[in-house]
Amino acid sequence: MTTLKEPPPPVETPARAVRAFTVRGWFGQLPWPARLAIILLVLVGAYLLPYLGDVPVIGPQIVTQGIDWPSALFNMSYYVLLAVGLNVVVGFAGMLDLGYVGFFAVGTYTVALLCSSDSVTHTNWPWLAAVPVAIAVAMLSGLILGWPTLRLRGDYLAIVTLGFAEIIRITADSASSLRGNKGFTDIPHPPGKGSDGKAIFGVVDATPYFWLGLTVVILVVLAVRNLDRSRVGRSWLAIREDEEAAELMGVRTIKYKLWAFAIGAAVGGLGGVMFAGEQGFINSATFVLQFSILVLAGVVMGGSGNIAGAILGGALISYIPDRLRGITDPVFHTDLYQFRFLLFGVAMILIMIFRPQGLIPSRRRSMELKDRAKEVAPS
Amino acid sequence: MRQGLVRALGGVAILAVIAGSAACNSTSKSSSSSGGKCGYELAFFGALTGSAANLGVNIEHGAELAVDQYNDKNGANCIKLDKADSQGSEQVAPGVARNLVTKKKLLGIIGPAFSGESAAADPIFDQAGIPMITPSATNPTLSTKGWKTFHRAVANDQNQGPAVANYIKDVLKAQKVFVADDQSAYGAGLADQVKAKLGSLVVGSDKTGGDGQQTDFSSVVQKIVASGATAFFYGGYYTNAGVLRKQLTQAGWKGVQLGGDGVNDPGYAEAAGNAAAAGSIVTLPAQPAAKAAGDFVSQYKAKWNVEPGTYSDTAYDAANMFLKGIDAGNTTTSKMNTFLSTINYEGVGNTYKFTSTGELDPSQLKIWAFKVDANGVPQPDQQVPTT
Amino acid sequence: MNFSGLIDNFGPLTVTGLAQGAIYALFALGYTLVYGLLRLINFAHSEVFMMGTFAALITWGSLFGLDQNSATPGVGAVLAYLVIGLIAAIIVSGITAVVIELVAYRPLRRRNAPPLTFLITAIGASTVISELIGVITHRNLRGVPPLIKPANVVHFGNTSITNLELLIIVLALVMMAVLDTFINRTRLGRGVRAVAQNPDGAALMGVNKNRVISLVFLLGGLMAGIAAVMYVLKIGDTRYDAGFTLGIEAFTAAVLGGIGNLRGALLGGLVLGVAENWGAGLFGTQWHQVVAFVLLVVILMFRPTGLLGESLGRARV
Repeated sequence: MTTLKEPPPPVETPARAVRAFTVRGWFGQLPWPARLAIILLVLVGAYLLPYLGDVPVIGPQIVTQGIDWPSALFNMSYYVLLAVGLNVVVGFAGMLDLGYVGFFAVGTYTVALLCSSDSVTHTNWPWLAAVPVAIAVAMLSGLILGWPTLRLRGDYLAIVTLGFAEIIRITADSASSLRGNKGFTDIPHPPGKGSDGKAIFGVVDATPYFWLGLTVVILVVLAVRNLDRSRVGRSWLAIREDEEAAELMGVRTIKYKLWAFAIGAAVGGLGGVMFAGEQGFINSATFVLQFSILVLAGVVMGGSGNIAGAILGGALISYIPDRLRGITDPVFHTDLYQFRFLLFGVAMILIMIFRPQGLIPSRRRSMELKDRAKEVAPS
Repeated sequence: MRQGLVRALGGVAILAVIAGSAACNSTSKSSSSSGGKCGYELAFFGALTGSAANLGVNIEHGAELAVDQYNDKNGANCIKLDKADSQGSEQVAPGVARNLVTKKKLLGIIGPAFSGESAAADPIFDQAGIPMITPSATNPTLSTKGWKTFHRAVANDQNQGPAVANYIKDVLKAQKVFVADDQSAYGAGLADQVKAKLGSLVVGSDKTGGDGQQTDFSSVVQKIVASGATAFFYGGYYTNAGVLRKQLTQAGWKGVQLGGDGVNDPGYAEAAGNAAAAGSIVTLPAQPAAKAAGDFVSQYKAKWNVEPGTYSDTAYDAANMFLKGIDAGNTTTSKMNTFLSTINYEGVGNTYKFTSTGELDPSQLKIWAFKVDANGVPQPDQQVPTT
Repeated sequence: MNFSGLIDNFGPLTVTGLAQGAIYALFALGYTLVYGLLRLINFAHSEVFMMGTFAALITWGSLFGLDQNSATPGVGAVLAYLVIGLIAAIIVSGITAVVIELVAYRPLRRRNAPPLTFLITAIGASTVISELIGVITHRNLRGVPPLIKPANVVHFGNTSITNLELLIIVLALVMMAVLDTFINRTRLGRGVRAVAQNPDGAALMGVNKNRVISLVFLLGGLMAGIAAVMYVLKIGDTRYDAGFTLGIEAFTAAVLGGIGNLRGALLGGLVLGVAENWGAGLFGTQWHQVVAFVLLVVILMFRPTGLLGESLGRARV
């Protein structure tokens, strides 16, 4: 009986469980006006983030050095968008998608093809007009990928999605109409003129882009949250927990899995749209596989299946490298940015070992984990 | 309990790292000395880390040498050189560029170093009115976007490509040429120019993955060997070019490999091995740094302990053009830009005059061919005509 | 599309494809063994391979002062160098694989964590190792000594096989046969199959599960070490990220053949290598990976568990 030598799997320590529940419990027990006030306060604070550098003492510690702070905030906003979208696929529906950046690329390239003056289409649409088209195309690409692959089990799905993203990247690199590394220049920015007659969305100041990005994130989060609490969300939960049982209970698994894919793809495409609108120039170098893996790491580290966790994870994977940029390390005298992936790797292992459900765990998932622990406890 | 402790310790450690690094940062910002010509900033913009960082480091070293020499004359910390590391990435470039744009005392950019990041960052510098002189971004389209502050201190690929083709036709006298590129903005553009000029001498072409995306080139190698080509031009950077050369030699191919300025780096021989690299031809759309006028070569060696690399001298000249402008009292960005439009500056690498689109005056274009010697170092071979 | 390019060079493209595929196959064994046992994509296996390339390189450099600019040594010396390089690579790769298991997976297994967390620690471990090497080597290429002077040994028509290609293909087949015998015929191999079939049942029968898992990681590491030496001899260079792209292809090969199935890994590797090279001849080198992935999707649509099906876990190895 060699397995008896193994220590029994530790049950959730009560300390952590209590902690996790107290913050939420406290918030949940507040009367609704107080809750609303807190939420509003947080949102106002989020919109004021670009001015964080002016806050004495704390501000300069937080803002980025080597990269413009509003730009860093905007980067965070589209990473958060991607994390929220991927969370629908991975966290809610439990399908492992290793090629999420593919949808981001589809959104970006749709905008570029429709709007840029370099494009073979010569349509030169304004950015805003391209937004719904790009989201629709991304959604469609999600359906196209999902339809043949959803029969596949978890790990096979992972490698196929990875292949899908690589196909998109290589096509972007190599197909002449997508211009590869030369890229598309002159992608128009979002519309609007300020009172002084200058465009609100210029190239020098990224603050308006952050506000736009934040607004989009809020809208998407509200939509996804509603969906999660609807019949669709409960179906996803059932599929994630036990697909066969769900099928037997009358959940149309294929339909809801396709839904998850399509919604995730649409959000990813929206992220690409935002990126293209701010960047003004895009080329194939952005859509590498490591990007997909980074976003997945953000979702899982933040707390797979939990929107707040996805937001935190998405923000961190963008913020930490940007914060490290422009800081010289004392030992090797190189930019700390060099070590970003190294630090990420360590953080990923540590978080997964000490907090397997992520920084902000999903409540449903923690219960699930406890169940698992109970199931195997006797062995 | 133990986990709580670990978590708390981890949090403290992260805070300490961030606070410590912030402290490092604030101390490095030293106060500038006073004086009408002092207190201004120039910036290097390009890759200092990443897979093609060698070129960026050459450029940064050249620019830093110029600024240091200026400060020796005008007092320590008179002019500050910001080093903006873009990793050569288009995704990173805009944020880094906006960070520079917020600096009120910034008068000029030496860079951006690569063509791709230029396309992403130059609109920002142009909008902010900050003059830039790129010592190395050679994609021809950059000067056609109407950016008023863009200047290029070297020839572009429209000149470099035909020069390579001329070398193949006139010096190598090759009858069968194979052309491949890495699909980068730079590599593909250059390869297309070479192909156009060579015409029917091209017996085959192919495309590879970009830098670091492909290591096994056996199918390209196989095609080159099968085509019977005696010369092979690769449009791309030194790493891929070197690995390709090595695998070609392994496969028994005995022809001459050629590359543009992206291959003109000791990194080429480091990847290929000296034996395989020897005899390869690489070009440079400027005069060789080793032939720079005056004491530049010895001064550079004294400061950095290495020979000046590709574009070190051009970057040195670019920085000196800005410094000359500051000396002449052009201490706003618009005055500096006007100053550059009329400049006729004799530097160590060339004499610089710019056209209205910011290109180097056609009479000043120089293209040099280098031959890699038995120690893997590209040595200046001859100047090649561009037409 | 360049049909004449494919037809004219059909033989040579096939041969280079087989050599490439043999390396994929050896590499893919690591994925397949671990997956067959634990249902886990060992993402960090690519770094096991990468460590092997550096181990061989550093051994040749430090023990014999060989670098890429040395002259090609004589035949006897080459054999000695090869064997020593192989041993070094095998040891380092094996150790790396076992350490990854100990650090990144065992703690999670103890906590009975959900499967997704294993994938994330795998990615984490992979990143840590490759970035660490990247920082140490300044992300530069390291050249390999020219141990084998290329020479054609077999000719037919316009096709010829070089000594190196022959060595790679033969070595891959031999190692595959050895491993297959080990898993199917030995006591330890039986333990592996037992755990793959039913972990709890095997434990009840007195099989030490953790020891079996370590053994499987070690075996995968050994194969990756051999693949690493073959790779550096063929490519001539290595770098901190050498495992990454190759790892994806090897994993694709494993899935193509039927992950968890040893013979599937061999078949998948060879099919993938040949298909990629034909694709490169037909569409251009830049499309070779697209060919690989499209092939994968098509095969999975008709055979959802790969060409030969999963089997380590079903005792039909």
